[in-house]
Amino acid sequence: MEKIRKELVVSAIENGTVIDHVPASSVFKVIRILNLENVNNQILFGTNLDSEKLGKKGIVKIRDKYFEPEEVNKIALVAPNATLIIIKNFAVVEKKTVEVPNTVEKFVKCVNPNCISNHENIITQFTVIDKVKTKLQCHYCEKITEKKNMVFI
Amino acid sequence: MKNKSLVSISDFTKEEYIRILDRAENFAINPNQRLLEGKVVAVLFFEPSTRTRLSFEAAINRLGGRVIGFTDSSSSSVTKGESLRDTILTVSNYADLIVMRHPKEGSARFASEISSVPIINAGDGANQHPTQCLLDLYSIRKTQGTLDNLNISFVGDLKYGRTVHSLSIALTHFNTTYHLVSPNELKLPSAVKMHIKNSKLIYNQYTDFSQAISISDIIYMTRIQKERFSDPIEYEKVKDTYVLKADMLQDIKPNLKVLHPLPRVNEISEDVDNLPQAYYFEQALNGVYVRQALLASILGN
Ligand SMILES: [Zn+2]
Repeated sequence: MEKIRKELVVSAIENGTVIDHVPASSVFKVIRILNLENVNNQILFGTNLDSEKLGKKGIVKIRDKYFEPEEVNKIALVAPNATLIIIKNFAVVEKKTVEVPNTVEKFVKCVNPNCISNHENIITQFTVIDKVKTKLQCHYCEKITEKKNMVFI
Repeated sequence: MKNKSLVSISDFTKEEYIRILDRAENFAINPNQRLLEGKVVAVLFFEPSTRTRLSFEAAINRLGGRVIGFTDSSSSSVTKGESLRDTILTVSNYADLIVMRHPKEGSARFASEISSVPIINAGDGANQHPTQCLLDLYSIRKTQGTLDNLNISFVGDLKYGRTVHSLSIALTHFNTTYHLVSPNELKLPSAVKMHIKNSKLIYNQYTDFSQAISISDIIYMTRIQKERFSDPIEYEKVKDTYVLKADMLQDIKPNLKVLHPLPRVNEISEDVDNLPQAYYFEQALNGVYVRQALLASILGN
């Protein structure tokens, strides 16, 4: 009974994508990184839900939408343990974990205050030079932005 | 290389550097070649650097090209708040190539992405200054006859000196052994050391300058700036430690040459200037030849 009650906190979807095991603090970042503010699909989300794995977790469900791997891998920066669940006809057809991508665009700010990307209207671009420690090298100033300094645009 | 921008030293392959250096040798012998006849080069200096600007303008003039541009953004539309994007988009309509120096890091990369004509980076903040690196490589090869298998000592501020970073990285192609002489506060950044290590090359670090002199083929001096120290007492302690004086050049290799990106303050004492090891003034002149070679390779027929 307990298990079912938990599942129903955020109602089930018939078709679409569920992103589970998002740190509670990152739910809104995930929504922003995936640009879900600008889609017409129905989106359900929950945050501060109980989780055995994370203590408190968040979950995002997007009805009738499937993502390309490189698109969804962007969220690995804020939700490294997230699980991506593909739902068809209320059934789980695929489950995968996110991977840190090779490049990151748009949503991270360069740590270097003297970087041109912080002074002109520029879409930021980074190469991920360390996937374990999440170190990003700016395509413009070549400086390295580390996880602890990461600011999301 | 034709119509290609040069933003960062890593944009060119080893073979491309070598081709530029070979071509620069030709300009050293025969500097006046009108290979840029009819071409207009914009020289945009958003911050002043007279030495670099004159070197570029001399190179363009020796090739018969025309120069337009500004030398100080305070007298141009840039002060009126024009974005770099707008300046580049406008100027790239007028010129066949843009040489730019800008105080913000990454500005040249950004310009190269929006410009319809090639960009040569003449310094973007603390980031890159690739033509300085080319002239350093040229000077090393000229004085040693080769770039391969040399013992190169870098002395002074190895942390903030961008010329040291770029040159260290470029030299990883040539089986260099590095001797890194600096105070503890100003050691070479770990990213650059990692690059050396990943190239399977050796670096040694020293705080005592005298240890590196006798093994060096090249001593590359840099200036230690007071403002780099959080503690002024630390600066006072080291400021005279990394000064090269004539009497230190006793037990040396016969082929040793001393380089410096200039301007110097006091880190090379004037009694070194007349010694056969002093090469820093010729080094600056070589800058014109490598810039000619670069301009001709990008714009020439
Ligand atoms: Zn940057």
